[in-house]
Amino acid sequence: MIFYLSAFLLGLCLSAMGLGIFITMKIFRIPDITTDGSYTLGAAVTAVLLTQGWPIIAVIPITLLAGAGAGILTGLVHTRFKIDALLSGILVMTGLYSINLTILGRSNIPLLNLETIFTVLSIFDKQIYNEVWVGLLFLVLLSGLLAYLLRTDFGIAMRATGNSESMTRAMGINNDRMKIIGLAIANALTALSGFLVAQYQSFTDINMGIGIVLVGLGSVLIGDALINWLKIRHIWLQLGLVMLGCILFQMVLAVALSLGVHPNMLKLITAVFVLAIVGIPRLGSMRDG
Amino acid sequence: MTVGSQSNTMIQLNHISRVFNQDQVNEVRALNEVTLHIKRGEFVSLIGSNGSGKTTLMNVISGAVQPSTGKVFLHGEDATRLPEHKRSKWIARVFQNPLGGTAPDLSILDNFRLAALRTSKKQLKIGITGAFKEKVRARIADLGLGLEDKIRQPMGTLSGGQRQALTLLMSTMDHTDILLLDEPTAALDPRSAEVVLETAQRIISTYNLTTVFITHNLQNALNYGNRLIQMKNGKIVRDLDAAAKKALQLQEVYEWFG
Repeated sequence: MIFYLSAFLLGLCLSAMGLGIFITMKIFRIPDITTDGSYTLGAAVTAVLLTQGWPIIAVIPITLLAGAGAGILTGLVHTRFKIDALLSGILVMTGLYSINLTILGRSNIPLLNLETIFTVLSIFDKQIYNEVWVGLLFLVLLSGLLAYLLRTDFGIAMRATGNSESMTRAMGINNDRMKIIGLAIANALTALSGFLVAQYQSFTDINMGIGIVLVGLGSVLIGDALINWLKIRHIWLQLGLVMLGCILFQMVLAVALSLGVHPNMLKLITAVFVLAIVGIPRLGSMRDG
Repeated sequence: MTVGSQSNTMIQLNHISRVFNQDQVNEVRALNEVTLHIKRGEFVSLIGSNGSGKTTLMNVISGAVQPSTGKVFLHGEDATRLPEHKRSKWIARVFQNPLGGTAPDLSILDNFRLAALRTSKKQLKIGITGAFKEKVRARIADLGLGLEDKIRQPMGTLSGGQRQALTLLMSTMDHTDILLLDEPTAALDPRSAEVVLETAQRIISTYNLTTVFITHNLQNALNYGNRLIQMKNGKIVRDLDAAAKKALQLQEVYEWFG
């Protein structure tokens, strides 16, 4: 039971990244791989600041800025140098590995006996209840803020940029600037996931981000499948389903582990699972079509 | 920077040339020393065979293409170096492809909201109020196509003709000086084409828009507009005012393309 609760909690912590990937993948139609780097960046900044005694209230905005910075970098490489979005993300992600290692100063920092977001906002006695409550708090706040953003005039402009650049150009929107802002917001959210997970698992590791983008993609795709299946139109609910996708993804991995699958196989399970989510609906339509 | 005494000249192209693939085997001189002054309120029908330079001319006005030499003045300001999205404060466009002027996955309402913000900043506030919805509904109802009941539907679910008509309406949601119509009915059936052109004419008259209308349909070129320009090989070869245009016969115009 605790085992599944851990998966649930990890899913909650990763749901900020899920929202970030939703922004780049679904709203801007940009395949952004910066995620692996900005996730670890968030965790690295968090670890260093917390171990040096910085208050949480300062760590959060710094983490967000760091993530945004990574996103802006990818955006600039993509728009100024006209480099393919995928390659831009890979370039920044690769560079970030060294930067993260420099920030950490070592490959791993433990976060034991420290004030964390879970202790600062604790209202229960049991650690695990606090983690659930804080996780849910972030889920509601972030999805609410993003849902509001998407309904503002600026949000409509964001959505239109990802949908038709010729239209937005004719509407006075600077497509390059819009894409950079989108990447900044998305990677700030991803860094926030790094912030949460580092404190939840009580350590930051230089390799914790490797392959995390696939987890995010898979989670968003599960959310997408749910949105289509349940025909959800309301944006806040859609974002909620994306975050649910993050939780479900972790649950599936937990089930695989509990069925006796060797932990080494987890990345393979992840890849096969994502393939199944994307591929099965397409096999169906090919048969009908 | 304003341009002297020509204050009612809305569009000014001075000695515009545009060469593609300079110095290469496939070099093309799409525009060759074109000078064109269009006054406020003029409705120019622009005709010419394929490759004559008409679309390049329109793209030089909109900013989609930069001229190799020459200057572009819009509303009295030097717009030569301005990118497309900055020129949209004066210009509304209807593209040849009905998909070009709208965002297919966004609702009609969302598209109209952006159109209403064409010349202003898109801010972090919710702009779609009850009053705005009613304004959009009323304006769309005027088309008589029954689309006012569907404003929450994604644009992509509409037909080409419906989207073009709506793209035209969108140009009226914010202040517009110049309307660029690039073969707006090329992809439409005759009935839809008629609706789109009639809507365009109404809008142009109501708001006194300076219009450039590219068409391959010579009858439409004659029926609409108060100035007729023919292009050939990157140059303007004929420029008729309203009186001369009115006196033209369709057969005559066909001969120009002989």
